[in-house]
Amino acid sequence: MNRTNPEITVVGGGVVGLSVALGLLLAGRRVHVLDGADSDARASQGNFGLVWGQGKGWNYAPYAKWTSDALAAWTAFARKLADLSGIDVALDQSGGFEFFTDAAEMQEFAAMLAQQQRHLGNRFSHEIITGDDLRAQMPGIGGGVVGASFSQMDGHVNPLRFLRALRVAVGAAGGRVTMDAPVARVVPATGGGFDLAMANGRTSRADKVVLCAGLGATALAADLGFSARVAPQRGELLITEKLHDRLPFLSSTIRQVDEGGVQIGGTKADVGLDDSETLDVMAGLARHAVTVYPPLADVRVVRAWGALRVMSPDGYPVYARSSLYPGAYLVTCHSGVTLAPLHASVLADWIEGTSAAPDLEAFDDNRFAISTAA
Amino acid sequence: MIIVSRFQPPPKTGATAEFEYEGASITAPQGISLAAALLAHSGAYTRQTAGGDARAAFCMMGVCFECLVEVDGVPNTQACMTQVRQGMVVKRQIGLRRLNGCNDS
Amino acid sequence: MSAAITAADGGLRVLLLDEQAQPGGQIYRNVGARLATHSWLGKDYASGLRLLDALAQSGATVQFGATVWRVDSGSRVVWSQNGISQVTTASHILLASGAQERPVPFPGWTLPGVMTAGAAQILMKTAGMLPKDAVLAGSGPLLYLVAAQMIDAGCPPKALVETQTPHMMLRALPHLPKALLSAGTLLKGLGLIGKIRAAGTRRYKCASSFAATSDDSGMINFSFRSKGRLENLTCAVLLTHQGVIPSTHISHAAGITHEWNAAQVAFQPSCDIWGATDRPGLHVAGDGAGIGGAEAACAAGTLAALGILRASGNISADTRNQRATTARATLFRTRAIRPFLDAAYAPPAEILSPPDQTIICRCEDVTARAIRQGMSEGAAGHRQIKTSLRAGMGPCQGRMCDSTVRGILSAGKTSRMGDIAPPRARTPIKPITLGEMAALTTHSEDTA
Repeated sequence: MNRTNPEITVVGGGVVGLSVALGLLLAGRRVHVLDGADSDARASQGNFGLVWGQGKGWNYAPYAKWTSDALAAWTAFARKLADLSGIDVALDQSGGFEFFTDAAEMQEFAAMLAQQQRHLGNRFSHEIITGDDLRAQMPGIGGGVVGASFSQMDGHVNPLRFLRALRVAVGAAGGRVTMDAPVARVVPATGGGFDLAMANGRTSRADKVVLCAGLGATALAADLGFSARVAPQRGELLITEKLHDRLPFLSSTIRQVDEGGVQIGGTKADVGLDDSETLDVMAGLARHAVTVYPPLADVRVVRAWGALRVMSPDGYPVYARSSLYPGAYLVTCHSGVTLAPLHASVLADWIEGTSAAPDLEAFDDNRFAISTAA
Repeated sequence: MIIVSRFQPPPKTGATAEFEYEGASITAPQGISLAAALLAHSGAYTRQTAGGDARAAFCMMGVCFECLVEVDGVPNTQACMTQVRQGMVVKRQIGLRRLNGCNDS
Repeated sequence: MSAAITAADGGLRVLLLDEQAQPGGQIYRNVGARLATHSWLGKDYASGLRLLDALAQSGATVQFGATVWRVDSGSRVVWSQNGISQVTTASHILLASGAQERPVPFPGWTLPGVMTAGAAQILMKTAGMLPKDAVLAGSGPLLYLVAAQMIDAGCPPKALVETQTPHMMLRALPHLPKALLSAGTLLKGLGLIGKIRAAGTRRYKCASSFAATSDDSGMINFSFRSKGRLENLTCAVLLTHQGVIPSTHISHAAGITHEWNAAQVAFQPSCDIWGATDRPGLHVAGDGAGIGGAEAACAAGTLAALGILRASGNISADTRNQRATTARATLFRTRAIRPFLDAAYAPPAEILSPPDQTIICRCEDVTARAIRQGMSEGAAGHRQIKTSLRAGMGPCQGRMCDSTVRGILSAGKTSRMGDIAPPRARTPIKPITLGEMAALTTHSEDTA
């Protein structure tokens, strides 16, 4: 096998890049993944591991459907990963809650879910539960909770184990991953293909290149004529000491990892590339946790941190083919964990342009060019 | 099997504190840490990791978190950062802590 | 303490926060209480009492049992005492976090009865407790100090197992002339070794391949190689030591830039002679800024306070420089011996990068084998090892394993370690309950 001239180079070795690489490998392509430096911004190292659908695409049917497809594909995907890597990513899809302490907010979200329900029909199910019913079902839920939404298909995985499983699976499927290889420039070569100039001075050659480098792809995307500009959005998280008991619920803001610690998060702030944890947000997250579930009050926080989500201007994924340079692709999104099964399967068809390719026009980056021109 | 203390008994300073450890009553000089008192009492483990590994105090200065015990119902408490106190109830920290105030315990 | 004294004497409002129950840090641990009964702890220890008295007289406000868990820009300190956290603002914050033992990992180091030499010293100082049947193993001046203190207390160690090699001594010799500036300290060291010889304590030299097991009785079986021969010792307590390293968790979490100290094989915060860092309003002094010992720490504290007095406009640069003369001279003298000591008592490669079966992260039970496997799977840096294996994610936050993970990543080659960026240090630097964090109120207090 000619490994020095891979067919496809994937730039970015996080959850998105590795999932895309895996899909291409399983479709029979030769793939080389170039991962950045240890200290680069890595959304894949700071996330919750949610496999989450409720609220997604309530205002954009294509995203609602894409997410719904991903949720339905997760079980088989987890099995495939286990087969390839030997690692169990601890997928738990027994349903998830959004808790509310403000009645108006809950009303607003209920309306969004109703809209999402209309887009998806019987591919989506959700219910709104009152605070009293919650407390009856799950003793321990705090008195300040006015209610919650619940969706059957929501769940989570162990995010760090998932990343590891992807890395091992890519290797097992015949892919090559080079770590500590940040790409400085991608230059289309005369006669087709691309030359990648690495930060360390080396160069690499590829027939096709797929940019999956999240926040690190901005310059490269511009080089290749893409108009999508992603921006960082900081979310802060707390993790507690490990508990023997299991929490009786999973919510998008409070989840217990399989080792036992409780993660608390879900904030959003636009502060550039600053991933610091801040005191006010830490205190706010702690207040949220003890309000929703008062038994957590004497549980110790072991660490707080910030992580940067990759946000497109409208918050929906970007799947784009370069019109200027055929063979160059841009794949970027937040919720890379949720969407991984599709990135590792049908997205390969889209990259290869086969008949099985899904219609991803709704996620093309020309939607940004149009809106800026208008 | 009883594992005797690995240390000479601490000198008596006069004032003492009597506390309970795993059902036994221990008298220790006032002013010493709980970790020191437990080391004076026995050479056995005072905690078990989630994986069942036996551990005891290691650094005595709050850095290593090996001396974790349950003090008056509060789990995962560093014994080396806790002074002995009359009437305290101390238990080994076996594995992961539980949620207090939970209905199903 | 010395910084607080100098700053308060200079007219600043000073708040001193220490997580221990009494003043003294680790070197002068409990000196206020124990002095009368334990002369075998030595004169150097006793001299700490001077500082305690001066602190009491200085007018500085002192809070003990106060754990600082976050230092924020704008110079805010978040601290916890008796289960309540509060925020204090100051124009200047001095971090004097001191040192911790360099982790000494080897197969069996997590067994009950295996402790650090420093832990034994803390037990002596705070409880007058002496180990029965102890073996001291490793390298460094503290090893000899603890042995001498035990001998003076009538409870000598069973043996000393020393990892120092003639090669290390040879590399140290070129630094000896400079070390003579600290002749007093050198003589003290020779005195300690002389006392150990006179007591007839068995010494095993050129030791390596440490391993410990224990039986049902709890006794520790300690095996090692010495001068090529396999040896076995049974003991109740195994006390290990390979020098001390700066406690940099708080300085790291505060965002201060750190630099690699190749001679001391450790990271330390970057600062100038006055302890000023690259973060305005944040200063460092003492062993937490670079290992120098008690006398150096005292001098550095004085200089840091003088620097803060000047920055606060209380004194002119000339006055600061004048008043700094003695401290600067002390610092110069005490630092002169460091290159010699650092080379003579260098940590051996097998401690920096231990055998596969060794537990590296004690909190999360991660072995050296698992780390090496993670490396072969592609986890290329310290941060990725941490996130993929959980090494450094337990309550100690990497205090016991960061050095070793770095050592394994560089395969024990100290020349490569400085290039391995440590993972982010995050707050809270000590665990704090959700309830306590939730109840946090901002409470402004000018202390300078």
